[in-house]
Amino acid sequence: MTAFIALVRKDLRIFFGDRRAVIMAFAAPILIGSFFGYVFGPKPAQEQSRVRVLVVDEDRSEVTRGLLANEATVEAVEAGLAETRDAVRKGKAPVAVVVPKGFGEAAGQALFGAGVKPQIGVLFDPSHAVEASMVKGLLTGQMMQAVTRVGFKPEAARRAMDGASLLPGDKAALGRLLDSVEAFQARPGGSGGGGLSVPFAMADEAVTAGSGVAYNAYAHSFGGMAIQFMLFMGIDVGIGMLLLRQRGLWRRFRAAPLSKSVLLGSRAVSAMVMGMLILGVVFGFAYLVFDVRISGSLLGFLGVCAAFSLMTAAYGMLIAAIGKTPEAARGVAILGTLLMVMLSGAWVPSFLFPRWMQAVTMAVPARWAMDGLDAMTWRGLGVGEAVSPILVLLGSAVVFGGVAVWRFRWEGE
Amino acid sequence: MLVARNLYKAYGPLQAVGGVSLDAGVGQVIGLLGPNGAGKTTTIGMLAGLVTPDQGEVRIAGKPFGGDTSETKCLLGLVPQELALFDELPAGANLDLFGALYGLNGKRLAMERERVFALVGLADRAKDKVDTFSGGMKRRLNLAAALMHDPQVLLLDEPTVGVAPQSRNAIFDNLEALKAAGKTLLYTTHYMEEAARLCDRIAIMDHGKVIAEDTVSGLLRLAPVESFVVIDLAGAFGRMAELQELDGVMEVSVSGAALRVGVRGMEMVGPLLTWLAANGAVVEHVRTERPTLETVFLHLTGRTLRDA
Ligand SMILES: Nc1ncnc2c1ncn2[C@@H]1O[C@H](COP(=O)(O)OP(=O)(O)OP(=O)(O)O)[C@@H](O)[C@H]1O
Ligand SMILES: [Mg+2]
Repeated sequence: MTAFIALVRKDLRIFFGDRRAVIMAFAAPILIGSFFGYVFGPKPAQEQSRVRVLVVDEDRSEVTRGLLANEATVEAVEAGLAETRDAVRKGKAPVAVVVPKGFGEAAGQALFGAGVKPQIGVLFDPSHAVEASMVKGLLTGQMMQAVTRVGFKPEAARRAMDGASLLPGDKAALGRLLDSVEAFQARPGGSGGGGLSVPFAMADEAVTAGSGVAYNAYAHSFGGMAIQFMLFMGIDVGIGMLLLRQRGLWRRFRAAPLSKSVLLGSRAVSAMVMGMLILGVVFGFAYLVFDVRISGSLLGFLGVCAAFSLMTAAYGMLIAAIGKTPEAARGVAILGTLLMVMLSGAWVPSFLFPRWMQAVTMAVPARWAMDGLDAMTWRGLGVGEAVSPILVLLGSAVVFGGVAVWRFRWEGE
Repeated sequence: MLVARNLYKAYGPLQAVGGVSLDAGVGQVIGLLGPNGAGKTTTIGMLAGLVTPDQGEVRIAGKPFGGDTSETKCLLGLVPQELALFDELPAGANLDLFGALYGLNGKRLAMERERVFALVGLADRAKDKVDTFSGGMKRRLNLAAALMHDPQVLLLDEPTVGVAPQSRNAIFDNLEALKAAGKTLLYTTHYMEEAARLCDRIAIMDHGKVIAEDTVSGLLRLAPVESFVVIDLAGAFGRMAELQELDGVMEVSVSGAALRVGVRGMEMVGPLLTWLAANGAVVEHVRTERPTLETVFLHLTGRTLRDA
């Protein structure tokens, strides 16, 4: 026991004496986690930048007056046709809207099925397709309202009707409709020329830990970065073991009456302690600064953390067992770890993956850690949801550790 | 105290050690002298229980090794050829760690640390990190780490390699103190002066085999010459072939203006100088040298120790 504790203490002391390792393990996940959390999270209204939209109005009719003005999410800027296409191509504006001459007139006729539907041109920067969709949605609503408002003015409507080639019976029926509209609008206290508006509003709600609890993107990003940098710490553990072997320290240790299980076990325990510390510090920071809460089961959260720490330790051992030299092991281990982190959904949430990839990533232990942490933090699920992640992580730890003990060679080649 | 019987170890087709037997009693210092690759480190590895011999057995104080956690290991201290220290940790922490590996803790650990620091003369540097140490200081600490559990037998694998003469002397003083305290030492080196100074008996190794084992004077008797006569000459001397043929002259070599003549007995020195004077050599200076272990090695293998 004396030897075991001394070996663990030695590892921790060396780790905390190495400024680079400490920064990598604690500061880096906090920094990158803050960045991802900020980028992916919902922002307060005033911070959301309004989308700049160039509006080219060649029609200048009653229908197009004030197009896209008074919208909270859009900043409409009048522009001429000539410079617009260029501005979008150069990325100066994400979206431009071009309303051709005679649009109002043609739209009024099209309202009654007459003539050709006029077109509004929407030019957009391909990297801003989302903004373009939003602008199209706004345009549809506004135009519907404006065209019907103007179109249902009886004199305008009658003009449109005359221009359209309608059957005499249809014409008579429409005439009666317009008479009624006229009477409806003229009544005292009537809504005037309001036009048709979209007759419903959308209420979206992100489903999180509870109603009224806002999704905290920091919970996911901090969990993801803790996972990533713990795995990096695992690499360091493995490489460190190979360096010890290279420097003849294993040989020296084995001159003492120590079993293989004490030597490997002490290393696993110190790696696990370091892993728990990383998780503790990273989530502690997120708790204090970004209001990240363990909305689910605290027990489940601790269980996932412990199981993943153990998995990380075993992963380090595996690297040490398979690596021939520290240099050779480093490259492969970093590549493998980045792949594992990517597939775990730590960078981009796994629900954005194609379906087949989601299935494949179930084979990646870090994916289970990520899902487990998500479940216990912002999803606010019970301890039951932590059981499978914990079991999968423990199973992976056993497999990794088993292969490590089996393959580990005290002497290098 | 330390007995090895007929140890063999091969790495693939390479027979690193081929039949080595050693026997070191209490308070004895045995030297293992041999050129690079002779199999010294491999032998030490088998003696320390790190390398499993293909054949043969090792007993420490009459007991064999019984696996990784064998108590027998506590009787042994190993000073490895490669420095086995944590550069990132202070010297004291290194010693504590190696003490703890043998089960020392608390007061006992602190006591041993002080004792060992005093012995190697590094007490004032206990709190400094090892990477601030000079090469010689690291070697002394490497030795100190092996002494924490006060082992009866000490295996030293080239403990002075790469150390300046002053530090080397300090290490020798330490080893002599240990010898005086009744420890058994096995010492490998390829510096024959070191072996000669410290060891009661020396085994000369080459290609995995012990080719001679005796006390220093016993080994020196194996040398084909009793003395070397080094003669500085003024001017050239042309009759080398005749000199070589003189009765009692075993070997002749020339370096610069000096002749180095190996003679079978000291009684040959007078006649040799007379012969030189009679044959036109102008002798400026004469001195004699004893043969060394180097001479013995050269005689036994036809190669020198350093660049064998
Ligand atoms: N682990 C190993 N695998 C393969 N060959 C080895 C191994 N260890 C030693 N050898 C070989 O065995 C031979 C003896 O090596 P050893 O280290 O015992 O020599 P040495 O006498 O200690 O040499 P040096 O003075 O250079 O330390 C060498 O040829 C070496 O290459
Ligand atoms: Mg060696």
